[in-house]
Amino acid sequence: MLTLPSHALKFTETPSKLRLPVYSSSVPAGFPSPADDHIEGKLDLNEHLIRRPAATFFVRASGESMRDAGIFDGDLLIIDRSITPKSDHIVIASIHGELTVKRLQQSGDQWLLVPANLEFPTMRLDDVGCEIWGVVTHSIRRHCGR
Amino acid sequence: MATFALVDCNNFYASCERLFRPNLKTRPVVVLSNNDGCVIARSQEAKAIGIGMGAPLFKIRDVVEEHGVAVCSSNYALYGDISERVMTLLGSNAPNHEVYSIDECFLDLDNLGVPDLSDWCRNLRQKTYKWTGIPVSIGVGPTKTLAKLANRLAKRSIKSGGVIDLVHHPEWIEPALRKTPIGDVWGVGRRWSQMLEERGITTAHDFAHAEDGWIRKKMGVVGLRTAHELRGYVCHALDDQPQPKQTTCCSRSFGETVRDKDQVHDALMSFAERAAEKVRRADQVAGAMQVFIRTDPFNPNAAQKSLSGSVSFDHPTNDARAIAGAATRILNRIWREGFAWKKAGVLLLDLAANGTAPLSLFDAVAPKDDGLMNAMDTINQRYGRGSIRLGLAGKDQNWRMRRENLSPSFTTKWADLACARMV
Repeated sequence: MLTLPSHALKFTETPSKLRLPVYSSSVPAGFPSPADDHIEGKLDLNEHLIRRPAATFFVRASGESMRDAGIFDGDLLIIDRSITPKSDHIVIASIHGELTVKRLQQSGDQWLLVPANLEFPTMRLDDVGCEIWGVVTHSIRRHCGR
Repeated sequence: MATFALVDCNNFYASCERLFRPNLKTRPVVVLSNNDGCVIARSQEAKAIGIGMGAPLFKIRDVVEEHGVAVCSSNYALYGDISERVMTLLGSNAPNHEVYSIDECFLDLDNLGVPDLSDWCRNLRQKTYKWTGIPVSIGVGPTKTLAKLANRLAKRSIKSGGVIDLVHHPEWIEPALRKTPIGDVWGVGRRWSQMLEERGITTAHDFAHAEDGWIRKKMGVVGLRTAHELRGYVCHALDDQPQPKQTTCCSRSFGETVRDKDQVHDALMSFAERAAEKVRRADQVAGAMQVFIRTDPFNPNAAQKSLSGSVSFDHPTNDARAIAGAATRILNRIWREGFAWKKAGVLLLDLAANGTAPLSLFDAVAPKDDGLMNAMDTINQRYGRGSIRLGLAGKDQNWRMRRENLSPSFTTKWADLACARMV
């Protein structure tokens, strides 16, 4: 059953109570399994996507202004607030009391919030009421209905 | 010298409400108690316009209107998640720490080995805000009581930049004590502060200089410890291993009073399930339980009644079915018709670690079917509380909490994620 997405992405799970055996084959029963030396554990998507759980938040993207950066309406964004924003990062910015997605760009001594879609306007970060909320590390897009 | 820090989140609930709603940043914010009754938390702006702690919502309607106050129902799913993040971050920076409440944490900074502690605290403060979005204040002192006192002053002083370090500035201790009203000293309750004020002891400084014998006579050893701590002698060590809980309670006030037994029963079933879930999460079992229901003590026109009953379990249990069943039996035993019930609750008592409960001689086999409960917990964790329940709940839910201004569970429910607009 492929139920990976919604469950595997949770990062505030209660600790697992699964106890794994120290030796995965019992010694007196005969030959050890040749695979024993190669057990490396399962791939954990949390580990791959989230470096600092305490600073990581999920946000839903909505709209069209980041189309050319590959972020589409309905995508799930992973934000790591511990990252210091740099030029070219895709960031969540609060603009006039609303969370938005933009690309941060330095231009001379100015910082700009640039959309990835020519139909939308660029904004200056030092405009009143603009603030960086966090840096987008990944976007997750569903390609197939459940 | 010992070095304690108290890290305290500024206006924690209001700060959580603002995190995903930047439009609240410039507005006064208040958070209401369960059932939207009265104010339990305020942003700085809400304090400034004179909204008092505990003010009933109906009394501040005009102020809310006039100042555009954002009124929020309490959202403990959100506050709990954000608190966990703050505490995790603090714990990873200072391994010896004690989570003191949902928004306060003591740190032991003794052997941290940093060259400039005040600087380290300022960095920690900035880092906490950056990572979690929650502003904190930090007070540092040679005792927990002085750390707490320093924290209170750090919150009030703009100049301090959110950090006051009394360990590296011992010359600040005396003015700090003079500036602190006796009622704001950690461990001095309202009753004691009134008694002390009547005797002319109005500040922490007065109290620290009172005579030991007198303090001991009036306030016992607890009061004496507080005085010693104010003088810089450690009486309270860091409590970094909280005792496992002995009891767990799940109770609520009803949105409207309830007269119908089925509805009270329905509510109790929810509480029983929830309490059982809490106990399972702590990997504990309950040896006994109590159920209580009571009328509204604040309604002078209603007949007053308070009923309770309890049972002990033959086998200590955390099985929702056993606990709900026992709650039903207790309710049947204590129920009285003709009252308007306002609050009900389930208490699980005599908690012990799962697996340590001794079997009695006549136990045939220890009941062992955790599978169903595990499955219920997993489903409810994944899809939200109440997704799967015992087949007991009715449809009538007058008793449910009133939460008219509940913010989304931004960090704990997929359907509630904040939206970032691409416009």
